Amino acid sequence: MLKIQNFQIGVEGNQILKGIDLEVRPGEVHCIMGPNGAGKSTLVNSIMGHPKYEVLEGEVQMDGADVLDMEVFERACNGLFLAFQYPKEIAGVSMINFLLGAYNSQMQARDESFRPLKPFKFKKMIAPLLDDLHVDASFLERYVNHGFSGGEKKKSEVLQLKLFKPKYALLDETDSGLDVDALKIVSEGINDVKKTGMGIIIVTHYQRILDYVKPDFVHVLKDGQIVQSGGAEFAKELEKKGYNWIV
Amino acid sequence: MSDFIFESLDKETFDHKNDYSYQKDFGRGLTEEVVRKISEDKNEPEWMLEFRLDSFRKYQEMSMPKWGPALDGLDLDEIVYYAYDKEADKNAKSWDDVPDDIKNTFEKLGIPEAERAMLAGVGAQYESQVVYHSLKEQWESQGVIFEDCDIAINKHPELFKKYFMKCVPNNDHKFAALHGAVWSGGTFLYIPKGVKMDQPLQAYFRMNAPSQGQFEHTLIIVEDDAQAHYIEGCSAPKYGSSALHAGCVEVYCGKNSRVRYSSVENWSKDTYNLNTKRAIVKEGAVMEWVGGNMGSGVTMLYPCSMLVGRGARADHLGIAFANAGQNQDTGAKVSCLADDTSCNIVMKSLSKGGGLSTYRGLLHVAPGLKGVAAKVECDALILDPISKSVTIPRMDIRSSDVTIAHEASAGKINPEDIFYLTSRGISEEQAEAMVVNGFIEPIIKELPLEYAVEMNRLIELEMEGSVG
Repeated sequence: MLKIQNFQIGVEGNQILKGIDLEVRPGEVHCIMGPNGAGKSTLVNSIMGHPKYEVLEGEVQMDGADVLDMEVFERACNGLFLAFQYPKEIAGVSMINFLLGAYNSQMQARDESFRPLKPFKFKKMIAPLLDDLHVDASFLERYVNHGFSGGEKKKSEVLQLKLFKPKYALLDETDSGLDVDALKIVSEGINDVKKTGMGIIIVTHYQRILDYVKPDFVHVLKDGQIVQSGGAEFAKELEKKGYNWIV
Repeated sequence: MSDFIFESLDKETFDHKNDYSYQKDFGRGLTEEVVRKISEDKNEPEWMLEFRLDSFRKYQEMSMPKWGPALDGLDLDEIVYYAYDKEADKNAKSWDDVPDDIKNTFEKLGIPEAERAMLAGVGAQYESQVVYHSLKEQWESQGVIFEDCDIAINKHPELFKKYFMKCVPNNDHKFAALHGAVWSGGTFLYIPKGVKMDQPLQAYFRMNAPSQGQFEHTLIIVEDDAQAHYIEGCSAPKYGSSALHAGCVEVYCGKNSRVRYSSVENWSKDTYNLNTKRAIVKEGAVMEWVGGNMGSGVTMLYPCSMLVGRGARADHLGIAFANAGQNQDTGAKVSCLADDTSCNIVMKSLSKGGGLSTYRGLLHVAPGLKGVAAKVECDALILDPISKSVTIPRMDIRSSDVTIAHEASAGKINPEDIFYLTSRGISEEQAEAMVVNGFIEPIIKELPLEYAVEMNRLIELEMEGSVG
């Protein structure tokens, strides 16, 4: 279980999150909605350990382990994943070198007997994942997110989600900037990993992803606090009425 | 087993010291006697002795450069200007004939393996002497000459005399004069008209003893319509006393020829690397300089292209890494002396641990020319708050029909990029190395794969720990 307790976050002296409590069990999809500036991105970025955010109070535990005590890369190696709203462009670093480096590092951390894959084997392994996302193999030779369209960047994030098989995934506006076709493909990817028992937090301020991914819980975040939560029915209600009536 | 020949290079390989008792037989400091001894040892023709003595006089008269890095730490009286291991034969044709400890040194550096795998020929120099030289038969039969300069001066006297230090004259600057006086070994490469070599040739220069000086001469003559790729590697162990490298590279590019000169310089951090490299590029020819400078305490190196023929072109691509205690003063010099000449200069520098890297460039366009195009790009990545980068691009443009583009950037690693990479399970140190490798990728990708791996490996070694 990913257990977030009384989580309080500040940036440059301003408190953004004012005590978040959230429990995500394996296989559950939690959707966090709310207006711009509510603290949605802050929540997922600070769980991952973005250096900009200062933890003021609270705890985050992943299957009993203290997440806040870990370096960022250790959080990933222990099974936490953040799909970025704006994935970074890393000039000169090819996707294959990046993905292979990350994959080998994570797998070695999880299993001492794991032997690092060579590029050839890795390419074979990753080919079906590329197909699922309708991405050409030449994608691996491109520089990380460099010159990618909005859709390609998001597909790259979902590719990594499927590749690294984290225990818990934080998806920051993974649905934004996508046309309907890309949204379907990305949503399929999310549904695939949900079936494997991954716990997922989706941050969004559009309802439209909920047409494709059915959340188990929906939380509305406002001014750094969760103001209302509900189950699948609540999601439907939000779908009909929007969430503005709450906030 | 590594996939790549140079992938397993480590600090120990570069720092390994062989016995250097042979150095005792050679004196320190420079006198006319030393100059005469070098010439006598090599059975040189009279003109070369005269040239050496003339250079020595010029060296004594000329003053130290009044610009660039301070050279106060270089005690020229402590340097051993000429030394070699008497156990080693000159120019062995088989590695088996090279003494074990020297052979092992080159084996650890991957040279014989690279020779087998991908090179047309190899030269290996140890202190002042070339200990091994080879050229594959297929190239020899086409008239390619690849020799130690000490051999070439007697074997190909006319060619040698016609070109030797005509591109870099011995009055060019103090260290060119010094080079003229004490040069020893190096590479003589001659490619006949129309011969296109598709395999690279490599020379490796290794200093072993402390306070050693190395002054190899590289003379590359590529005739019209011919093509060559020459790669140079260098290294030395660290002792804590100053060593001096003042090599000289001269390249003559015939009409419509194509020459690429790549170098990976990794001298020890107590070496002063005061190197002169220059090419004369004729009509329609292309000269490409690809260089990486990781080592040396002080480097002054500005490869120069003289574009003398219509449509001649020069590409200068370089990387300099200045770590703790290092002053990398590097750049490029291009003179456009004919119509439609063009150049593309891309220099990338890295500074870390208090290191200083400087780009010093000169672009000169002679009066009355048409259709000249030049592009200069210099980017600096500064890896911590105590390190520095300086850019000094000079332009001296005397024609009006000229297109010039200049771009420069300086910055540090973006913490957002590091967060992205570490969030994928990559350690912070690896993430930084990845960003750095990405930064230099536009240069690295111009090197043959094996050497690209070597450069990346050297960068990795520099990135390890806080002090290099």
